[in-house]
Amino acid sequence: MKVLLMHPGKDFDLQQELPWNAKTLVADLGLEVLVRTAAQGDETVHDVVTRALLNACRNDVETVLFRQAVLHDAIAERESVEGLFALAVRTIEEKRRNHSGIWGHSPSSVLYSSLELMTFLLKALRRLRAFVAERPRTFRSEGFVRLFETLEQELDDAYFEEIERHLTELRFRKGVLLSAELGPGGVGRDYLLHAWPTPDRGWLARLFPRSLSGYSFALAERDEAGAQALAEIRSHGLNLVANALAQAADHVDSFFRMLRGELAFYVGCLRIRDQLAALDEPSCFPTPFPPGARRLRARALYNPCLSLQLQRITVPSDVDATGKDIIVVTGANQGGKSVFLRGLGIAHLMMQSGMLVGAESYEGELSASVVTHFKREEDASLAEGKFGEELTRFSELVDHIAPNALVLLNESFAATNEREGSEIARQVVTALVEHGVKVVFVTFLHAFARTVQERNREQCLFLRAERYPDGTRTFRLVEGAPLATSHARDLYRKIFAETAGHG
Amino acid sequence: MDAVADPSQTEPAPERQPPRAAPSLERSFESVLFPGGRRPRSRPEPDPGVLRDLRLDQVIESVTRNWAEYDLIPFFHARFDDPEVVGHRQEVMRELESGPARRAIDEFARRMRAMRQALPAEKKQLYPRERQRWFLAAAEEYVAGVERLARDLRQAPLTSRGLTAFRDYLESYAGSSDFQRLAQETRAVSEGLARIRYSVALQEGTVTVRTYEDEPDYSIAVEETFRKFRQGVVKEYRATFKPFTGMNHIDAQVVDRVALLHPAIFEHLERFAGEQVGFLDPILARFDREVHFYIAYLEHIGRLRQAGLPFCYPGLSARHDELSARESFDLALAAKRVWENAAVVRNDFTLRDPERILVVTGPNQGGKTTFARTFGQLHYLAGLGCPVPGAEAVLFLFDDLFTHFEREEDTTGAHGKLEDELIRVRDILERATSRSIVILNEIFSSTSLEDALFLGRQVLGRLLHLDSIAVCVTFLEELSTLAEGTVSLVAGSDPRDPTVRTFKIERRPADGLAHAVAVAERHRLTYRFLQERLRS
Repeated sequence: MKVLLMHPGKDFDLQQELPWNAKTLVADLGLEVLVRTAAQGDETVHDVVTRALLNACRNDVETVLFRQAVLHDAIAERESVEGLFALAVRTIEEKRRNHSGIWGHSPSSVLYSSLELMTFLLKALRRLRAFVAERPRTFRSEGFVRLFETLEQELDDAYFEEIERHLTELRFRKGVLLSAELGPGGVGRDYLLHAWPTPDRGWLARLFPRSLSGYSFALAERDEAGAQALAEIRSHGLNLVANALAQAADHVDSFFRMLRGELAFYVGCLRIRDQLAALDEPSCFPTPFPPGARRLRARALYNPCLSLQLQRITVPSDVDATGKDIIVVTGANQGGKSVFLRGLGIAHLMMQSGMLVGAESYEGELSASVVTHFKREEDASLAEGKFGEELTRFSELVDHIAPNALVLLNESFAATNEREGSEIARQVVTALVEHGVKVVFVTFLHAFARTVQERNREQCLFLRAERYPDGTRTFRLVEGAPLATSHARDLYRKIFAETAGHG
Repeated sequence: MDAVADPSQTEPAPERQPPRAAPSLERSFESVLFPGGRRPRSRPEPDPGVLRDLRLDQVIESVTRNWAEYDLIPFFHARFDDPEVVGHRQEVMRELESGPARRAIDEFARRMRAMRQALPAEKKQLYPRERQRWFLAAAEEYVAGVERLARDLRQAPLTSRGLTAFRDYLESYAGSSDFQRLAQETRAVSEGLARIRYSVALQEGTVTVRTYEDEPDYSIAVEETFRKFRQGVVKEYRATFKPFTGMNHIDAQVVDRVALLHPAIFEHLERFAGEQVGFLDPILARFDREVHFYIAYLEHIGRLRQAGLPFCYPGLSARHDELSARESFDLALAAKRVWENAAVVRNDFTLRDPERILVVTGPNQGGKTTFARTFGQLHYLAGLGCPVPGAEAVLFLFDDLFTHFEREEDTTGAHGKLEDELIRVRDILERATSRSIVILNEIFSSTSLEDALFLGRQVLGRLLHLDSIAVCVTFLEELSTLAEGTVSLVAGSDPRDPTVRTFKIERRPADGLAHAVAVAERHRLTYRFLQERLRS
């Protein structure tokens, strides 16, 4: 019995490790605000959304479409989905408050605590079953249709009775029946527990119950060592069954955890959608393409993290990089280049994790990984120098890149002079692209941009921070070849604006 | 219905087991360590100082560490200068390197170990049925071990004289009527006991032992019910019980009642334990110990071979024609280096008549002492009949091996350090013969260059006169060209950067200056540097 709302054929791994660059990704893309919006204080949602986003690159197109369908249902059947999530949360909370879990090292204590826990879980299963029975059934996604069907079929009355029978038997009202073989030194081993023998049928037998057949002996009074030895035998006998029941309790428990965990993702998605809608920002179901398809086209793509942070609409851009391996973004400082770069990375992760994307429309290919190399404002350690630190970080990143990775470079190699920086950038980008990696590069390295223009024109899309002839920035990116020394000119204008006005 | 057991059955009672006369078999085989079953005179026990100087104490310790039960150290202290013994051992060792013979003997050793562990010590307090069952377990291991070994060796293509002779002995032993009866009885009793499964019903203060009636395992029923919830990772809740400490009085009462359910088989067990006391054959027991001389050594070098280090069976020569080794190395150091995943430097040497003394010079920490140890280790190990560290070797079948290594702690005596040294060297020179090996490491370093040179010349002159084989590690380069009997070896350094040592010992004229020049260059103190620096 599985939840299977995140993958068509397997559980979502609630403990999955984050990629090696998780911290950097969160910092560079500013993802925390997105996750916080989804979580709204709920730790489970925070955790699941984080893992889903950062490990999005593990998903294929099928998984993305599967999640999109489930998300469609979650939007349409919001009450059922949120109700089911609340039920799972409540079960886990009650368990945490009232049960210390399975404890002890001896089989007896394991068995005892498992019985207690299982009795509680049985109640929770009955509650789940009742919830499912009274919900209307208008789901259309494979995930939800299957989940509700499973719950209804598997959790019937006969099944609940079967569990009750076990719980009664394992309290050993009459005694414990074991069997064993003779092990080393003639001491019993390979103990098994058996159901206590049912009494002979027939009224006569019931009227005069025979004692158990066999050879008996009684434990002498005050024979504490003997009592201890008997407890040991009993322990051996209960070992397997205690283990079986404890594991069963764990399984049922983790079913509720899976239910909570997988629903948490969609609950988080709904909250992000709500918040963006409240700001009047659009969101859309993106169209995913397989890795290497070199598709990227968006209308009104914005950076949702920035909008959520500022609590207002931010400037969107259109982009069409269909068939391109490289996007080079140039243009004025403070012109929206970094915002765009981040927005692209965020959109990419959101799409590949199955979420909605912050745009009017979006299509893109899936990536093997998303990797960022952003200029660091804080100064590097003295030993290495700023340029050394940059290269160390870049070299670390190269260790992790595979074909069809998406590499987002933000003013990389700018810590040295332009000639050197451009040459390194050229060599690096050429190597990456030949390796099948997609590169988006925000840069001031004019010599580099020029070289790409000459040598990689067909492969490359050039974007530029838009600016009116009077120098005003729109924060919008438009297609366009790099312009020389925009920064200096801007600076000049800015600084001399007053003088010019007076003149 | 309730059967109170005879108290004598439940009280622990140690049994006496008088040793039974060994089976009368033809004694054509006694030991796998010596040809023809006889042990020749070994050389006197080596001086502990020599073993320490050569780090052979560490080697022997490492080789025998995992095999303490066989008490192997005496075997590694008993050296023979008899080519027959060495040849015999090399044959057996080669045969045990791998293949069917080795697998067969490993399996046998495993069984013998299990047998020793099962065999109840006489002094131990045990319940009678418990003691009988342990005795049976020991016999089970022994019988299985012997039968298996006989079968395996029958199919093994043996060539060594040592193992072939052992196989013949084993064949006749395994076919003897005593062993056959032991095997039959062991099987009958074991099988009878293994078939028993019984039930125990525990109620308040009462234990009932019953016949088991194929009741199903209840834990399976529980698993079945919850199977549908099964998730990937399963936590294990099975308790691990305290290791078995023996039978207690409850176990004893239970087994007595199991015996009431199955009287015939328990009577058989009791009879068996009485009749088969002393089943272990002393020759097989001795073989089991002695064969581990080979196995322990092979296991030790096996780890080094895996790291790519070569070992070879040396040719042995009693004459001085030519001694040589290719890619040899210090076995003690190699074990450490391999453990640390570090490279092991290998060295070659050759002594061709009339050469007798290898004079090793070169920078400090350059591998000179290691080389001297290697030379000594190779010879000592060859004399045990062991393969030696190296790709190829022809070694000297020596009578005695002497070492003189500089010792820091030797300064307390009534004499001064130099005097102590001279006394020790004199002792060596008095005992050494033309068949001895002498290893001198940094002698006379405590005195002036002139004195050291004088003493060095004297000592080497005497060694040459004695016609001993020697290695002399020294900073006195003059000694390397003393006579036609001396060969100059130099601890090498990297030609590109002479301050980097290669630990390679090369056969070439001593050239201490090259190293000094490199150090000077690094400090910009060579002539050219000084010229330049002084000009500005």
